[in-house]
Amino acid sequence: MAKILKKEVLTPQIKLMVVEAPWVAKRAKPGQFVILRINEEGERIPLTIADYDPALGTVTIIFQEVGKTTMMLGELEEGDDILDFVGPLGREIEERYFGHVVCVGGGVGIAPTYPKAKTLKACGNKVTSIIGARTASLLFWEEKMRSVSDVLYVTTDDGTYGEKGFVTHVLERVLKSEKVDLVVAVGPVMMMKMVSLLTKEYGVPTLVSLNPIMVDGTGMCGCCRVTVDGKCRFTCVDGPVFDGWKVDFDELLARQRTYLEEERRALDLWLTEKAKEEVSHGF
Amino acid sequence: MASDRLFGRPKMPQRPVKERIRDFFEVPLGLPEDVAVEEARRCLQCKKPSCVKGCPVEIDIPGFIGLLGEGRFDEAIAKIKEKNSLPAICGRVCPQEDQCEKECVLGKKGQPIAIGYLERFLADYEREKGITTPPLPRPIPKKVAVIGSGPAGLTCAGELAKMGYQVTIFEALHAPGGVLVYGIPEFRLPKAIVRQEVEYVKSLGVEIQVNMVVGKTFTLEDLRDAGYEAFFIGTGAGLPYFLNIPGENLNGIYSANEFLTRSNLMKAYLFPRYDTPIKVGRRVAVIGGGNVAMDAARTALRLGAEEVCLVYRRTKKEMPARIEEIERAEEEGVSCVILTTPVRFVGNENGWVTGMECIQMELGEPDESGRRRPVPIPGSEFIIPADTVVVAIGQGPNPLLLETIKGLALNKRGYIVADPETGATNLRGVFAGGDIVTGAATVISAMGAGKRAARAIDRFFQDPDSFPQWR
Repeated sequence: MAKILKKEVLTPQIKLMVVEAPWVAKRAKPGQFVILRINEEGERIPLTIADYDPALGTVTIIFQEVGKTTMMLGELEEGDDILDFVGPLGREIEERYFGHVVCVGGGVGIAPTYPKAKTLKACGNKVTSIIGARTASLLFWEEKMRSVSDVLYVTTDDGTYGEKGFVTHVLERVLKSEKVDLVVAVGPVMMMKMVSLLTKEYGVPTLVSLNPIMVDGTGMCGCCRVTVDGKCRFTCVDGPVFDGWKVDFDELLARQRTYLEEERRALDLWLTEKAKEEVSHGF
Repeated sequence: MASDRLFGRPKMPQRPVKERIRDFFEVPLGLPEDVAVEEARRCLQCKKPSCVKGCPVEIDIPGFIGLLGEGRFDEAIAKIKEKNSLPAICGRVCPQEDQCEKECVLGKKGQPIAIGYLERFLADYEREKGITTPPLPRPIPKKVAVIGSGPAGLTCAGELAKMGYQVTIFEALHAPGGVLVYGIPEFRLPKAIVRQEVEYVKSLGVEIQVNMVVGKTFTLEDLRDAGYEAFFIGTGAGLPYFLNIPGENLNGIYSANEFLTRSNLMKAYLFPRYDTPIKVGRRVAVIGGGNVAMDAARTALRLGAEEVCLVYRRTKKEMPARIEEIERAEEEGVSCVILTTPVRFVGNENGWVTGMECIQMELGEPDESGRRRPVPIPGSEFIIPADTVVVAIGQGPNPLLLETIKGLALNKRGYIVADPETGATNLRGVFAGGDIVTGAATVISAMGAGKRAARAIDRFFQDPDSFPQWR
């Protein structure tokens, strides 16, 4: 069990939790993730480690409420326990000097971008960060990202904050005007695909952090398999970070949709039951 | 009648097909008491019992059967538990026809004693009554770490605890049991029974820590620093093999491990009461011919598939699954497409599998396993339509778990090199057993390995210097 020590509402749908998990905190590295399960009936879901403190034995997770499990997680409060919290899983990113690195974070993907930017900065790299969201109310951690970046750009699709447009617009401008040695992108699959297509044009190596469906997260089922460079790889053990030029993003997009119907059904049922309960409690 | 008594063995009562294929409750019902006692009395009580030689953990079979025949059930189950801590499991999933029952002398002229059924009868009898913990010895202040809580780890831990050692099991998943909880379905091995057997091992003083992934959450060095002096690695063969043919990442194609883990461990068959989903189409194809393939096929039926076919590259005769399991699958309506292997998967524009192109095979010369090698017949390609496919062609060792144990000798297939007698690896104080040494085998052989390693670990503590580093 892992106790929730701190909870922060970053945006109406994005929440942060600092969790007591000394084993995970001790070994965590940028790029790695955890798998958690809320209760006995719960499913196992992967979440990237957004920050960690080995001295305090804490791990920070950030999640967007998109379905039943993340909404239930969002209802937990400080002092509550998460039943299962296992990690750190996956491989870490390479911690070394590349030169000029551009870190691109989209939506809730800003969270896992942070430890990577922080580490790459600590390795002496010049770090340019580009963070973006659909709209202003979905943006978070601007200051935190600024603190680990030499330059920070902020975009929103609808122009409600920062620059109007996609992160790729800013990225293209940077690629055109500056020498870039590495791009690191974390966010929705479509965004990572667009980033990879763009950087390929400019010949800048690109790392992406993939987010397929997972069950165990230890390499025993192959649910998270992806095609990279024509070969079948398990994201949970071979990744989650891969060479963006070599990933079959369309296959990943299709595989992510496997359980759309079931996910909707589980959520609807839960919301209906919750509504009934609230009525019976006289709200 | 006399010949009946000597040679005939009772049939296991089973739930009727119509009823059982709609749920996940256990299929065989167990022998009634009078039938069990009568069957026990058929045992010849051999002076030199050959059945014991067939049992990987050397249960005193005539001993427990003799007591059972006299109605002394408590003593009979105690006799089993001298050698086997998990009889309710073994009585259900051991392939007795290849082990103890194969060696029974009655089998030469008639039918062997139904040793497995009798073991199960006693374990069920004890469970209904409530399991009692044997008196525990004086504690020995030595800490042993067992990595993996499958049959090998549970047995090794239980045996060491009975000797007085301080044992902790480290398990990567959230529930202990290994293949017993994620692999073997409820209708063959109820999870309540696994839980109870795990509770029994805990009652011997074994501590179980879940959510601990060796090599990720902790290393062997961490455990050494924490005072552990001996280690048993029983991490199994949990890496699923795929066919590596085009289209294998289409939606609707599962490894058997994923399919069964979703259903068994995550209880996806109870979705949406449980949160983990599973998707089964109208037509399911399961590729393979082992017990895992049978489990997957029968699970698919129970999840609502209309047609389930097994696609196997040899003939039924070569199928590695237990005959009993093949029969049950066929009774339930699973069909077999033999001498066939898929060459590519075909899908629709949304990325979902719609079928597979297969090629017909014929049997050629025997291969290293002694079975005749399947050879494709050119030009015999045809399509099998399927909207769900489960790949059950075997498992290998998980490289993630072993690459962090520095210097541990592995063979060229990635399994740990260990002395078959003691489980000793090339690293001092590190022992291993079960599927991680032998490759995918049986529950009971893993238990046998766990037991032998426990004995060796005891010897290692008694006299560490004399313990031979075996090569």
